[in-house]
Amino acid sequence: MNRNLYKGTGPLIKLIFRAQRFKMITWIVGIVLVTLSVAFSYPNVYQDDVSKKGFALTMQNPAMVAMLGPGYDEADYLITVGTQFAHEMLIFTIIAVAVMNILLVGSSTRTDEETGRIEVIRSLPIGRLAYLAASSIVISIANISIILLTGLGIYLLNIEGITFESALLYGVILGVGGLLFAAITAFLAQISSTSRGTTGLAFSVLVVAYLVRAIGDVSSEPFALISPLGWLVRTEVFIENAWWPIMLSLLFSVIFAVVAFYLNSIRDIDAGFLPTRKGKKNATAFTKTVFGLAFRLQTMKMIAWGLGIFALGASFGAVLGDLETYFSDMEFLALFMSQSTDFSMTEQFISLLMAIMSLICSIPVVMTILKLKSEEHHNRTENFYSRAVSRNHVLGSYMVLAIFESIFYLLLLAIGLWSTGITMMKEPISLSTATSGAFVYLPALWFMMGLAVMLYGVKPKIISLIWGYVAFCFIVVYLAGMLEFPQWLMNFSVFEVIPNIPAADMSWSSIAVLLLLTIVTLGIGFVCYNKRDLEG
Amino acid sequence: MNLVEVKDLTKKFGKFTALDRVNLSIEEGEIFGFIGPNGAGKSTTIRVLLGMLKPTSGQAKIFGKDVWHDAVEIHKEVAYVPGDANLWPNLTGGEVIDIFLKMRGNGSKQKRDELIERFQLDPTKKCRAYSKGNRQKIALISAFASDARFFILDEPTSGLDPLMERTFQECVLEAKHEGKSVLLSSHILSEVEKLCEKISIIREGKIIETGTLSEMRHLTRTNFIVQTKQPISELANFKGIYHLLENNDGLSFQVDSEKIDEVISYISKFGIVKLESAPPTLEDLFMRHYEGTTDSVGGVSQ
Repeated sequence: MNRNLYKGTGPLIKLIFRAQRFKMITWIVGIVLVTLSVAFSYPNVYQDDVSKKGFALTMQNPAMVAMLGPGYDEADYLITVGTQFAHEMLIFTIIAVAVMNILLVGSSTRTDEETGRIEVIRSLPIGRLAYLAASSIVISIANISIILLTGLGIYLLNIEGITFESALLYGVILGVGGLLFAAITAFLAQISSTSRGTTGLAFSVLVVAYLVRAIGDVSSEPFALISPLGWLVRTEVFIENAWWPIMLSLLFSVIFAVVAFYLNSIRDIDAGFLPTRKGKKNATAFTKTVFGLAFRLQTMKMIAWGLGIFALGASFGAVLGDLETYFSDMEFLALFMSQSTDFSMTEQFISLLMAIMSLICSIPVVMTILKLKSEEHHNRTENFYSRAVSRNHVLGSYMVLAIFESIFYLLLLAIGLWSTGITMMKEPISLSTATSGAFVYLPALWFMMGLAVMLYGVKPKIISLIWGYVAFCFIVVYLAGMLEFPQWLMNFSVFEVIPNIPAADMSWSSIAVLLLLTIVTLGIGFVCYNKRDLEG
Repeated sequence: MNLVEVKDLTKKFGKFTALDRVNLSIEEGEIFGFIGPNGAGKSTTIRVLLGMLKPTSGQAKIFGKDVWHDAVEIHKEVAYVPGDANLWPNLTGGEVIDIFLKMRGNGSKQKRDELIERFQLDPTKKCRAYSKGNRQKIALISAFASDARFFILDEPTSGLDPLMERTFQECVLEAKHEGKSVLLSSHILSEVEKLCEKISIIREGKIIETGTLSEMRHLTRTNFIVQTKQPISELANFKGIYHLLENNDGLSFQVDSEKIDEVISYISKFGIVKLESAPPTLEDLFMRHYEGTTDSVGGVSQ
């Protein structure tokens, strides 16, 4: 190996760490804190064998298997509460760690190259592979920190039945899963010639890995084993503590990393391996409008998210049939449920799924408003405002686009759920049930958008706070019961305020309040945006 | 009425005063040069004129309308070229030009194609693939293809090759012949000298000099190179003589404009063999202001 290729890696490690430290530490602290606080609360949630058995029963439900992975044998849930914790938390924590790795690696590889930073570095007496090497080392340190902090943290919580090895393994699953996605992203950064392409492809890999695992876990185990997430949920951590998924993930991380380094060494700077096409000579009439331009700039994002959301809806729709059978098998439970409400178990599950999935739909909607912030930051809104275009026109166009997207995604979600549900279920849900179950969340998505517009209008820098709110809503939907949040705190999440149809009756008053709040936030946003200086 | 009228314009960012009571006026059909070192406030002034920054105090008007409140109305007849054109990386150059023309609401397709030809731009490439000079061409083409009355050009030629720079200068002069006005902010002083009738110099947020080039020259010194039969004895003692140097060509020095007569009649007694005089370049003027803080009388940079 030519040592000159890596000359200067040391100082670059420091540089990349400096550039990334804030993001990196926020991610690590967030992931570790959520993991530990949930682990801490579990022994209180499942105190007796009855509640543990109840949990086991719920978790064998195919929808839960699709969402969270196969889990353990029923008897295992009685051995240690760690099993409950791992089954409910592991897969989504792996995904969070993977997202962290994709974003951090993406920005310290292709983004730094695209913005010309690597060019400046390369002009110094520094090896050709040093930047990639430094970036890999920094991300490895981040993942090792996650392993140690979560591993030791869980061990020190002293939960009954959790050994040092099993606690460490839990951390290792997260860290190694992260490393694998870091290596995949580093590889994709060589293939694609843009930073958007890199992270876009990496997220597609993550989504596909999740869906393959979800379908495989429900219907065919070998199929699930195509996906790295399928391996990582099969360690049976806290019971069997199998290490083969770790070895397999490490092996593939090394393979992807080696290929990434090789490709990096043979390619030109700024070049990728995917071809670029020749573009249009003239703009279409649609692109020439502000709205059309905003639409055009978001097209790829809309297609990608639209496909992902449709696939998400479809894969849950696919398990609705199994779900039905499962519920009818458990007659006593079915009886119990139908006594207390007028709604079937399936309908109740659909409304829970809708809450979570519509929250996912809010992400691309909020991203559209964030796009305007990045346009301003890159001085591209200047192109509008030095011409005869008003601020209301620009912000309004992005708002209309966000509203359009909110309808688009929820519709795809409903159609996805319905299209596979209809083939799998004995008593299929109607399209209108699916659609109304999804569309009832429109006001929640609009409120999110209004909040984003308000933050952006007041000061573009603070718009990122919206992600804090999105994260809060996720925690409320997903963990509030577990963490025993008081109702007033939960009500801060708009997704709690929305009536859970089809499993509950429509409540127009809460919808009206949300719409009113949306109008207020939009109003503040537009007024402030018109009054402030443009940054960039 | 002046096309552009800026009165006591002040802009503060927190405690930092970026512009301190700036006054400017540009007439119809005038090419106005705006020069100053980096960070002096040129771009801030332009961004205020474009209604992107809100003045802290003072007044700025274009076409008699307030630049903040009537921005949209004003921009229908304003074309702006930034020093660094920030374009959408995934659109092609051709698309961006079309979008820009549409946003102003006027402009001619024929002129667009003609300018693409003149600036030798390939409009089918994605913006991310363009070099800085090519991105600059896109901004220039969409400005000159519009039928704006007023052009705001903020270091418009950065990254252009000398040939394209000449094409740019032709475009500016054509605009002037059509009776249009230009605000040209630039570091390339030869360009400003060639194109601009009136110039303002800004430093640390203040306008320190405004006038035509000849007015400004009047205030400064002329460069001389002289060879005489007999050596000139007492020149160093003359008032108004600076930077006196003896070299192979003879003596070189600078003279205050009002002392020229006196100095010439003195040196003519020594039998002139060669006399070269050159008016101060804009660079000389500019340098004098750059260095103004340390030497209030002025000193020409060597």
